[in-house]
Amino acid sequence: MKVAVCVKQIPDPADPGALDPETRTLKRDVKLILDESDSYGVEMALQLVDAAGGGEVVLVSMAPNNERSGLSTALAMGAASATLVSDPALVGTDALTTAKILGKIISDQEPDLVIAGSESSDGYTGTVPEQIAGVLGWPSVTAAKAVAIDGSAMKVERQTDAGYDEVECSLPAVISVTAGVVEPRYPSFKGIMAAKSKPVVQMTVADLGMTAAEVGWAGSGQEVVDVTVAPVREAGEKIEDDGEAHLKIIEFLESVKAI
Amino acid sequence: MGNAQVSTPFFTEDHNAFRAVLRDFVQKEITPHAHEWDEAGEFPRELYKKAGALELFGDGFSAEYGGHGQRDALMRMVIMEELSRSGSGGVVAGMLSNYIGLPMVEKYGTDAIKAQVLPPCMAGEHIAALAITEPGGGSDVARLTTKAVRDGDHYVVNGSKTFITSGMRADWFTTAVRTGGDGPSGISMLVIPGDVDGLSRTKLDKMGWLASDTATLYFDDARVPVGNLLGEENAGFNYIVNNFNPERIDLATQSVTFARVCYEEALAWARERHTFGKRLADHQVIRHKLVEMDRRINACTAWLELLSWRLNQGDDPVVEISEAKVDATLTFEFCAREAAQILGGASYLRGSVVERLYREVRVQAIGGGSEEIMRDLASRQLGF
Repeated sequence: MKVAVCVKQIPDPADPGALDPETRTLKRDVKLILDESDSYGVEMALQLVDAAGGGEVVLVSMAPNNERSGLSTALAMGAASATLVSDPALVGTDALTTAKILGKIISDQEPDLVIAGSESSDGYTGTVPEQIAGVLGWPSVTAAKAVAIDGSAMKVERQTDAGYDEVECSLPAVISVTAGVVEPRYPSFKGIMAAKSKPVVQMTVADLGMTAAEVGWAGSGQEVVDVTVAPVREAGEKIEDDGEAHLKIIEFLESVKAI
Repeated sequence: MGNAQVSTPFFTEDHNAFRAVLRDFVQKEITPHAHEWDEAGEFPRELYKKAGALELFGDGFSAEYGGHGQRDALMRMVIMEELSRSGSGGVVAGMLSNYIGLPMVEKYGTDAIKAQVLPPCMAGEHIAALAITEPGGGSDVARLTTKAVRDGDHYVVNGSKTFITSGMRADWFTTAVRTGGDGPSGISMLVIPGDVDGLSRTKLDKMGWLASDTATLYFDDARVPVGNLLGEENAGFNYIVNNFNPERIDLATQSVTFARVCYEEALAWARERHTFGKRLADHQVIRHKLVEMDRRINACTAWLELLSWRLNQGDDPVVEISEAKVDATLTFEFCAREAAQILGGASYLRGSVVERLYREVRVQAIGGGSEEIMRDLASRQLGF
């Protein structure tokens, strides 16, 4: 079984990056790391391959610079190889073009299944997995919490507000996962050492048969026209406990309809 | 301190990559529970398995038994630093009893005993401990009295060991026993299974390292197969002495990292706390305390990095490791004190990281060779 996992390398959330005042998008010229939300997809893929009794997990990714450290993390977890589209022309690429680019790589890889995080932790468009499925013409199942493969068919428990739906579809397909559906393994010492010799194929936009005009700012059908700084969180209300504090807490919870 | 963001001449990308994994592991799996485990008097055995899965115990052990397949003193330093960032000496000591209990098994054990002991310990399914100190004498290893008398295919062990880290839970004890006459030439090393008949254990209550189980062991006609002998009979004293060096640099690295944790706690507090109309950090007396802490930590860390690098070159800097352990524990003692002064009453509250570390200064300064023994060892080696 072959599972392709879409992974994104993002600025370390522990050291939040700044917005580019001209493009009004996040600066990505800093060191990038594996988006933690993608580690759930990698883990689910590794577990599915194990359950299938063999196969491989391959990574597909896109970055404007040559950054690989985030891919190394996923390779150290156990993925077999990675394909990275890296090209300065990619700066400014929107979600749909991203899906087209990743779709091209995935198509060449011929996986049985594609897994992606529901949304990245920097861009948050939350649309790329479904757009990849659209580009490829494959079924798309969102919010997968449990997946079982049976030959060329797949059963998915799809998280909903009320519980979960049971969805069945044919393979190949694209599923998206949210944080917490599995517990991502920590890369092991030997995993880190082995990752160094795993293949990372780097491609340019031209290698994909595309032109610079089709990607980046030039190829984007959308533009960020304005950004607003989020308001600073206001100090909370302190309630001194004079023996009646619990009543005030209940009153507050009722006022926000929490109870 | 050495970390993934700061480059030094010593740490490679491999070191930094494993450091990043360990930092994530410690932040998620240990730090949030440190106080709870201290109060409980132990941490879950499950933590060994989690650590085993990322191969935390493998430095210096053969790949065929689940180890890293190499000894890298700088990688060991990374492991010590990152575990110690949890601010819990008890968890660090308990987790790392493997690193003092197993090297002699790797180095001197038969293939059969290695195959029996090492893989489950590497995987975190079993725990190993080192049992040398006795109730009747501590640092004077040459005078130990626990006896092992040959009886057919077994040694019959009688005696007692104390201050044994992981002593209540260990599945294997690498134990110093007397098989010959008096003095250092009558000592052997035996690997004793934790479930052997005739072994009983008593938990010791301590000032610090509360999360680790420390025990006194009693051997009463415990029969141990002769195959569990490590190396040559009566050659154990030198094995023990050689095992101390890595333990001491490990303890030094832990200590200076605990000092760093104290400094960081104090710095965060000094930036946040206001007295007399300004931040604590704006008072010159506090700023000087912080710089003094940072200065000592940086010097000690640089020395330990250099010593680790020298170990990797095949050097055996016994004198400087002894001296560095003294320097590290004095630095820790100083920083725990100064952090407590800066935090004031907050440092006296149970559950405060500085409160915990303050109680753990003494064991770091005594365990693995006290400051006095370290100075004495260094002075004898220097041949004044």
